[in-house]
Amino acid sequence: MADGSIGLWTVPLAVLGGAIRVSTPFLFVSLGECITERSGRINLGLEGTLVMGAMSAYGISYLTGSPWLGVLAAGITGALLGALHAGICSLPRVNDVAVGIALMLFGTGLAFYLGKPLIEPTAPRLPAIDFGWWSDIPQVRAALRVNVLFLIGVALAPILYWAFRTTRWGLLIRTAGESSDAARAMGHSVLLIRLRATMVGGFLAGIGGSFLSLFYPGSWNEGLSSGQGITAVALVIFARWDPLLCLWASLAFGGAAALGPALQSVGVTSGYHLFNAAPYILTLAIMIITCSPKRTLTGAPAELSITR
Amino acid sequence: MIVGETPPPSGAFGVDAIAMTMRFGNFLALDKVALKVRPGSFHALLGENGAGKSTLVKCIMGYYHATEGDILVGGREQAIGNPKDAHALGLGMVYQHFTLVPAMTVAENLVLARDDVPAVVNWPKEMKELEAFLARMPFKVPLGAKVSDISAGERQKCEILKQLYLKRRFLILDEPTSVLTPAEADEVLGMLRDMVVRGELTILMITHKFREVMAFADDVTILRRGKLAGAGKVSELTPDAMARTMIGAEELTVQPPRTGEAGKARLELAKVRARDDAGAIAVHDVSLTVRAGEIVGIAGVSGNGQRQLVEVLAGQREAESGEIRVAGDPYHASREEMRRHNMSLLPEEPLKNACVGGMSVADNIAFREFDRAPFASLGWWLNRGAFRVDARKKIAQYKIKTRTPDTPISALSGGNVQRAVLARELGGDVEVLIAANPCFGLDFAAVAQIHAEIMAARNRGAAVLLVSEDLDELLELSDRLVVMFHGEFVYEARTSEADLTVVGRHMAGH
Repeated sequence: MADGSIGLWTVPLAVLGGAIRVSTPFLFVSLGECITERSGRINLGLEGTLVMGAMSAYGISYLTGSPWLGVLAAGITGALLGALHAGICSLPRVNDVAVGIALMLFGTGLAFYLGKPLIEPTAPRLPAIDFGWWSDIPQVRAALRVNVLFLIGVALAPILYWAFRTTRWGLLIRTAGESSDAARAMGHSVLLIRLRATMVGGFLAGIGGSFLSLFYPGSWNEGLSSGQGITAVALVIFARWDPLLCLWASLAFGGAAALGPALQSVGVTSGYHLFNAAPYILTLAIMIITCSPKRTLTGAPAELSITR
Repeated sequence: MIVGETPPPSGAFGVDAIAMTMRFGNFLALDKVALKVRPGSFHALLGENGAGKSTLVKCIMGYYHATEGDILVGGREQAIGNPKDAHALGLGMVYQHFTLVPAMTVAENLVLARDDVPAVVNWPKEMKELEAFLARMPFKVPLGAKVSDISAGERQKCEILKQLYLKRRFLILDEPTSVLTPAEADEVLGMLRDMVVRGELTILMITHKFREVMAFADDVTILRRGKLAGAGKVSELTPDAMARTMIGAEELTVQPPRTGEAGKARLELAKVRARDDAGAIAVHDVSLTVRAGEIVGIAGVSGNGQRQLVEVLAGQREAESGEIRVAGDPYHASREEMRRHNMSLLPEEPLKNACVGGMSVADNIAFREFDRAPFASLGWWLNRGAFRVDARKKIAQYKIKTRTPDTPISALSGGNVQRAVLARELGGDVEVLIAANPCFGLDFAAVAQIHAEIMAARNRGAAVLLVSEDLDELLELSDRLVVMFHGEFVYEARTSEADLTVVGRHMAGH
């Protein structure tokens, strides 16, 4: 076998690489949504937040020359969109799902409009750490080029898991999400808790967007997000609102998304588009398997509009 | 409370409410009501639904601001602007609806209730302190268990412990025993009574159970329609005298005497199994026969599968296995079968389970027959006039208080919603009647009317299945009594021969 060719091994390797690379936006959006949903509100607008984050990160990185300032800008943009969602939802008789859909369209539309001049220029990209230095095989090295954001995301999952249990903010978010009556009886403002949770959720989703434009695929165009934001929201349900399960679910979805390109690279071209649809098929399959008309979801925050 | 003011005195203290008046718009909820709770006493607050009991205690706790009147805490006048002020004075309230977070553990709920939750909770240290606190308390709760996994009795103990953990020394209890078995109620109230006797606590308890007033309370205050109707020492009063003070001169429907013998089997359940929303088995292979002209009562603490059983019979939930027969025919809760067998249903929470809140009283009353003559021609052309004529007749007959037949039913009070459902379900012939907590939260007049209607249906030969959490109601109405625990029927007896302590033991699963 010729140098650099490792035959069919390319496929699992590419899926592994994909799991690491493609999963990062899933991971950030799902962790953010996890925080928001645990406080008792669904923010479906995170798809828009993701795209806005990608655009603003690219723009700021291009203007300042620092990709990390771009990441910060993406987070702030996301937090502002989160505040907008929470602000509208705190008005009486407003449905959070409808507001989320509106903000999803608003976010993507605004990003395309503001991002028009950013399609041409090249912005500085985020650095990656080479974990594959020990190998001579280029595919292995490619698969193990890991971005710092991925590592931050991986660390964030157990931190959130811990924080939901042992910090005052974690307990308050859960109280607001499980029983707003109890939270009010204790004298807390449920709206304020949810505002903060939605802003933090938006912040993380914005950072997820910055990964798209600043690392992988690593440019700004209108086809940048292929529904990762909305898939990640579904993923939170699949992960039963548990940050650690969000991590594993994100990796699984990332791997599934890398399946199409990986098979193409070894010459399996028939059904390319079908394999590209793997994450969506996975979403549907998981929903069908885990949902039942006869029982409610275990672990679902009781105040969530979908479970009430 | 102003910072720097003297802290509340140690030990039990009293609370006086003087000339409390509370107006909601044009409605006078409280009219110069006086309440005097002596320090270190167990005080009962009696009254019908809507008499103003909750309004009064909510004024004391700072949820409402009384239009007029003063509150003295430990003899000093206090302006209580919000619940936090009340908490700072050492006042605590246990609500009728639990305020625990079901998905969290008992320990998490207790720590969370504090005003000073640390930013990062040191769980090993907190657990040690909680265990030390529990060791001083008369009742125990499992600290590590999730609230959703513990029994209603343990939850109620938890609510009370939470108040004691927060060092509240004046406790207001709102119908604290509505979810407890008689034995559990006696245990909890007995322990609280001991703390009162030791001078550690003052208790103000809202209740409608005379038995508990007689057994545990020192003093009683009785409200009627927002006015003080009476007050005094329990030792100088009888339940009859208290009931008369509560109801006033209102005439109650007289219940017909029990007549006739049970006939043929009408409703038969054979090994019926059903799951709850979480997928756990809630009804566990139960079998039961209800005969014509008989009331079978199902007793049990709420959450032992009664709700799911009634939902199966009402067609709101699919049975997983087992068979139901009505008059010998298989029954799957279809509308056709219900009509053929003249089945009637009085589910709990009627506004949610038996009505469409936004539709008119007339429409709701017509649900069973709306697509038949005289309400409809050819099965689809509705004759609105006939709806109203029928509704007017039933509104008068069942004393439903509504402005017009076209008023949305959600605008009616609980008692009148139940009367409207009663009119629909019992207005025609009844062969099988299934009733679940039909009197929950209703006033004396409505309760008397509903009990009379159920007894009348029985006397006319209906097979009645009565599911209730109110043991007194079951003892009064049923011919046979069955106890449901953890989804199974664990005890059965003729009501006339049933021993209350044995029934209570089975309700608690012993």
